[in-house]
Amino acid sequence: MDPFYPLQLLSDWLTYSVLGLAPTSQLGMSVEFFLFDVPKVLILLAVVIFFVAIIRSFFPPEKTRKVLSHTRLFGGNIAAALLGIVTPFCSCSAVPLFIGFVESGVPLGVTFSFLVASPMINEVAIILLWGMFGWQITLLYIVSGLFIAITSGIIIGKLGLENWVEEYVYQIRVGDAGEIAEQTWREKFAYARGYVAEIVGKVWPYVVVGIGLGAVMHGYIPNDFLVQYAGPNNPFAVPLAVLVGVPLYSNAAGVIPLVSVLVEKGMAMGTVLAFMMAVVGLSLPEAIILRKVLKPKLIAVYFGINAVGIVAIGYLFNLVLR
Amino acid sequence: MEIKVLGSGCAKCNQLEEATKQAVALAGIDAQVEKVTDVVQIMGYGVMTTPALVVDGQVRVAGRVPSVEDIAALLTRE
Repeated sequence: MDPFYPLQLLSDWLTYSVLGLAPTSQLGMSVEFFLFDVPKVLILLAVVIFFVAIIRSFFPPEKTRKVLSHTRLFGGNIAAALLGIVTPFCSCSAVPLFIGFVESGVPLGVTFSFLVASPMINEVAIILLWGMFGWQITLLYIVSGLFIAITSGIIIGKLGLENWVEEYVYQIRVGDAGEIAEQTWREKFAYARGYVAEIVGKVWPYVVVGIGLGAVMHGYIPNDFLVQYAGPNNPFAVPLAVLVGVPLYSNAAGVIPLVSVLVEKGMAMGTVLAFMMAVVGLSLPEAIILRKVLKPKLIAVYFGINAVGIVAIGYLFNLVLR
Repeated sequence: MEIKVLGSGCAKCNQLEEATKQAVALAGIDAQVEKVTDVVQIMGYGVMTTPALVVDGQVRVAGRVPSVEDIAALLTRE
C-alpha cells in the first residue's frame, strides 16, 4: 500500500470538501497538488535524512581516507565513488578533505572520483527522486552519477595533472588525529536529529516555492505542452538544461518537485536527469572553495569533464527511455 | 587545560566555539578557548572535517557540534 495514502485522503478532503473546489477545475488540481506534495516531501526528507545521518556516522572521512590511501586507478576510483555516497561532506570542508586525501597517498584521480560522487549523489536528491519518480529512475540516477564520478576520476588520473595542484598542498604535513572516540548511540541520535532540523530548516522554503510553482503548472499548463521545447527531439534541450542547472546549485529540494511537473508536461527523462545532476554536481561555490588548493586549469578540467559527462548521460537516456 | 576549536570560518565552526565556551563555563573549568582558522594548522591535527575540538593536543570531536552538556562532560572527564 502507498504509505502516503492517508495524506492523499487528507489533501482531497481539504481541497474538495473544506475549500469546495471541483476536482476537474484548474484551481482544484493546483491546490490539491500543493497540499499533497508539501507534507509528503517534508516527511520524506525528515525520515530519510535521519537514517542517512545514522549511517554516515559510521563512515567518518578520516576512515574513508585510510581505506583509499594507496589504492590504484580503477579499483580506487570505484571505491572512492561508492564511499562518496556515504561519507558526510559539506563544501565548507572541501579543502581540508582534499589536502587530507592527497597527503595520505590517495591518488589525485581517486580523490576526484570522491569529490564528484559526494555532492552529485546526495541524499536530498535521492529521496526526492524516489518520492517523485519511483525507484527505477532513482537507481538510474545513482548508477549514472557513479559512472561519471568513476570515469572523470580515471581521466584526471590518467592525465597526470598533479602539478596543477597548488604546490603548498604537498608541503603540508598532516598530523595524526589519533583515535577519535566512536560516537555513542545517544550521540548518533542527537546528531541525526540535529542534522534533520538543520537540513529541513534550510530547504523547506525551497520545497514550498518549488512545489508551489509546480502546482500552478500542474493545474494550468496543458499536458505535453513542453514536448516541442524539451522533448527528446530537441537536441539543444540537454545542454541548455545543464546550463540552467549550474546556478541553481544545492537547491535540489526546490527543483525536483518542479521537475516532476516538467516531466508530466513533456520534458524528456534524460534531460531531467542531466538537469538534476547539473544542479547538485556542478556547484560554483565549491569550485571557488577548491581554488585554494587547485590551479584554475585543474578546476576547468574538473568542471569540463563533469559537464560533458552529464550532457552525455542526458542524451543517452533520451535515446534509451523513449 | 588547552582548548582549541578548529574551523575555517563556517557557520558550524562558530556554533562549536560558542558551545565550547558555554561548556567551559558550565563545567567551571579555568581554560581559554582558542580558535584556529589556518588550514595548514588545522591539517597539522590530522582533522579533515571541520569543526573540530582539540583538548590538550588531542582531537576529541570532528565534523559535528555536540550539545553543551556533552562537551562539558568530555572536558571534565579529562
